[in-house]
Amino acid sequence: MIGLTDYLILAAILFSISVAGIIINRKNVITLLMCIELMLLAININFIAFSYFLSDLQGQIFVFFILTVAAAEAAIGLAILVALFRNRASIDVEDLNQLKG
Amino acid sequence: MELTFQQILFYGFSALLICSSLMVILVKNSVKAVLFLILCFVSTSGIWMLLQAEFLAIALVLVYVGAVMVLFLFVVMMLDVNFSVARSGFTKVLPLALLVAIGFVVVLSQIANHSQFSIQPEVISDEQSVSNVRQLGRLLYTDYFYPFELAAVILLVAMIAAISLTFRGKCSRKSQNIDKQVKVTKAERLKIVKIDKPASHSEDSE
Repeated sequence: MIGLTDYLILAAILFSISVAGIIINRKNVITLLMCIELMLLAININFIAFSYFLSDLQGQIFVFFILTVAAAEAAIGLAILVALFRNRASIDVEDLNQLKG
Repeated sequence: MELTFQQILFYGFSALLICSSLMVILVKNSVKAVLFLILCFVSTSGIWMLLQAEFLAIALVLVYVGAVMVLFLFVVMMLDVNFSVARSGFTKVLPLALLVAIGFVVVLSQIANHSQFSIQPEVISDEQSVSNVRQLGRLLYTDYFYPFELAAVILLVAMIAAISLTFRGKCSRKSQNIDKQVKVTKAERLKIVKIDKPASHSEDSE
């Protein structure tokens, strides 16, 4: 039988892969956004696993709202990316130093 | 050790999920990374099915793969990025990334192995079980109605923000441009014209 621990470890592995991805791909904003999506996915797996093992549907409601916010975040992030690429012709994180005080 | 059908599904989907998420962060081409991210979402949706979250599993495929990932794909293909430049300095941070990742896994699995988490779900017989969609809908439209409406507002705000960030069409507002007004100089606005007055002379002489 698959226990709660298995799901938690799966989510932990997924989360740490995406943390490593953020460290590796510090140049590319698109990959950073994708790593954030992966992190949210790992969190959602945790929520749904707990919701199943505790027989409480509130976890799934929470995942529903996380999905909504993640969709909004992806839309705005990509819009910012497009506006940025138009102005600077690059998506390198190190070029984004305009707001440096 | 005999594997049950559920275990085969779980380990299969988990292996697929981990492999494809590794490919997301390691692959050079962003288009391929997005495609692997789609594979991640699909295998996660299989795992959610195992956890009896049918509605969310289908919503993940429909909404996430169908809308958000297609948006990602559009943007990646629209931007003309030189991927080889974007990857420079990759090997320098690889040891640090491995260290952080392994540390994360070790710490989190220590926590997950705690005996507190060795719980079993209650078994619900088929007669008294209600469909997941019905339960979720009942909860969403009663207890969580205001958060549900707020989520709709968040999506509206995100839509307006995305449009206003990328819109480049004709701007038909008649608002003042304060910058232009302040920067205006005397030479642009004022023109000195020399006028002789022969007319008054002739009147005087009469």
